[in-house]
Amino acid sequence: MDTLDAEKTPIPAVDRRTFIKVSGAVGLAAAAGGLEGILAAKRAPAYAQGTKLHIVRWNDFIPEADVELRRQAPEASKALGAEVTFEFINANDLQPRITAAIQSGSGADIIQMLWNWPHLYAGGIVDLSDVAEPIGKAQGGFYDVFNSAAKVGGKWLAVPHSIVGNAIAYRRSWHAEIGVTAFPKTWDEWRQVGKKLKAKGRPVGQALGHSFADPPTFAYPLLWDFGGLETDKSGKKVVINSKGAVESVKFMQAFWKDACDEGGLAWDDTNNNRAFHAGELSATLNGASIYIVAKRQKDKIKDEKGEPMVQDIEHEALLPAGPAGRFSLYYPLQHAVMKYSKNQKPAKDFLKWLHQKENFEKWFEANGAYSVGSTKVWEEHALWSKVDKPLRIFRQAARNTLMLGHAGPATAKATESYTKYVVVDMFARAVQGMKAEDAVRWAEGELKKIYEG
Amino acid sequence: MALLRPRDVQQPVLARLLDNERALAAVLLAPAVLILAVFIAYPFVMGVWLSLSSTSVGNPGRFVGLQNFLKAWNDSIFQTTFQNTFVYTFWATIFKLALGMWLALLLNRHFRGKRFVRAAMLLPFIIPTVLSTFAWRWMFDPTFSVLNWLLYRTGLIVTKLPFLSDGTWALWCAIVVNTWRGMPFFAITLLAGLQTINPDLQEAASLDGANAWQRFWHVTWPLLKPVTIVVVVFSIIQTFSDFQLIYVLTGGGPANSTHLLATYAYQIGVATGLLGEGAAISLFMFPVLLAVVWIQLRYLRRLEGA
Repeated sequence: MDTLDAEKTPIPAVDRRTFIKVSGAVGLAAAAGGLEGILAAKRAPAYAQGTKLHIVRWNDFIPEADVELRRQAPEASKALGAEVTFEFINANDLQPRITAAIQSGSGADIIQMLWNWPHLYAGGIVDLSDVAEPIGKAQGGFYDVFNSAAKVGGKWLAVPHSIVGNAIAYRRSWHAEIGVTAFPKTWDEWRQVGKKLKAKGRPVGQALGHSFADPPTFAYPLLWDFGGLETDKSGKKVVINSKGAVESVKFMQAFWKDACDEGGLAWDDTNNNRAFHAGELSATLNGASIYIVAKRQKDKIKDEKGEPMVQDIEHEALLPAGPAGRFSLYYPLQHAVMKYSKNQKPAKDFLKWLHQKENFEKWFEANGAYSVGSTKVWEEHALWSKVDKPLRIFRQAARNTLMLGHAGPATAKATESYTKYVVVDMFARAVQGMKAEDAVRWAEGELKKIYEG
Repeated sequence: MALLRPRDVQQPVLARLLDNERALAAVLLAPAVLILAVFIAYPFVMGVWLSLSSTSVGNPGRFVGLQNFLKAWNDSIFQTTFQNTFVYTFWATIFKLALGMWLALLLNRHFRGKRFVRAAMLLPFIIPTVLSTFAWRWMFDPTFSVLNWLLYRTGLIVTKLPFLSDGTWALWCAIVVNTWRGMPFFAITLLAGLQTINPDLQEAASLDGANAWQRFWHVTWPLLKPVTIVVVVFSIIQTFSDFQLIYVLTGGGPANSTHLLATYAYQIGVATGLLGEGAAISLFMFPVLLAVVWIQLRYLRRLEGA
């Protein structure tokens, strides 16, 4: 896979006015149906009095993004004639919340879905093709990953919202101190560099615990880079017990010992952010939040010389390459309307409202390049010419990602494997002392129960 | 004027009904039975049904017999979890009993500030488990652990101790936190038991030349045994089915090495949505706890009969 290089991919000089012209049409088209009528009539639709829309989303890694949604809630309420309330919860609690809601038949009207969860919860959410299709069509189509993640049996079971791209955040000066001016391009090179830095008390930080984002976004590409796969292309035959998978696990054992902070086994998705900002890590795979938070809190987050740390943070767009290639896994985010909801119509109208250009844009800007849009039109936004150079690599990140279950389809089985952390635990077991071959055999047994059982 | 006897008055139906002892008993018991039925019996029966079905989130499933139990039994993570649950319960209960007894014996003596110490001792038991476990999690944090910092600063260690990043360490950390949290329950209950023992018995044993250990073993312990059995059984039930502490402290990690039956059942049933399999895992607790309660009741009956 080619590396996306911001330097090689010039950002067209799109000013705010041009962007509005292009995406204004998008907004209107997106609003096809109920919302268009609402806007034309300039009054809220006649939903039953006291209609309330309850939306559950994760606590964003960029707190300003949640602040913006809270700010938008009264505007949405006014436009829709239904009281819109957001509830933000820990991302790791989203799945238990969805299960409880579906089984009890009560709860929020709209729940945020990550990864390819719509496959797992297909029985409890409604077809949103009439909302998603016009948005995608008007904006030049959703990124390919959403076809795997949110489309089930040809129907959009969730409306694609955004994608969180990942990159390796690293300390430029620390790497320069050991003579590294360009970030390592292969796993072996990174291991050698990481070894030197760990010897100086500056390890690589990588979460390898049970957490929704960082562990899988690292573990799956590492497996793929060495030629390992969970299943064949049919998604029905487990093929993980392969030379490639064993090699990836052996590499991880050495990389962990030589280059990583071994406490990562007990980390969740927030630990590496804190450790990086505390000056404990030389590099870590993360979204843009490390950079953005360091910039927004530059008076607090400083390096060992007392200078704002943000000046010393650089991003490498992709994880290094292995013998089989260079793959990425980023997590898409969508919104689903629950089947039990009595407010399905206003919920759909809300999603149309949310994706209107002027509303989505405010949230997009508040995110400051952390989450990118679900369609390519947002690559042309003026934000990209304004953000710092290290953030520009996220502009086209969404084009690159594969999905859980690769090389097979991203089915509910793939979600089950992800939720059980089989691939993550294969590596976690090995770095704790299990033989690489045994760790792979363990994973094979678990995967067979999921995919072939 | 002759007073009317109660029987001479035509009583309302309800009053007549309540005059009947059987009916009155049924009426008085009804709320409790209703609460038990709704909050205990229904979830239990539902759990049994789920465990025998292939129910998953949004899918009602079908009857699959004991398939979920067999699948769990042959699952290596379940086997680790099952073993963890026994190890965790056994050692945490032993520590809580030993330390709780020691604390109770100390608090049974007279000293200045006794009331304050007794109140302070209850703090770990009073603070919500989630909050106190979060505090412990910070103390064991892989990067910012204050314990590692202290040990490093005092020269006792040269590298960080892997409190939560090593499976064995993490399980023992959980046992320590459980002991810290549960010890006051043991101490206060045993203290209450100690205060019912007549001091004359201790005095008499002392006059007969018994030393402190002999007085404890031959006087205090036999009289304290019934209370101890009850508190140990309560503790076993609570510890065996513990959820909050592990969920917050380790989340069952690293690599599933600290799961207990309750947290693993939650992981499979609620997080993954495989409700049938999750219910089967949680039901593995039932025969064990049933046996514990049965042994306790039998033992207490024997004591009563003696």
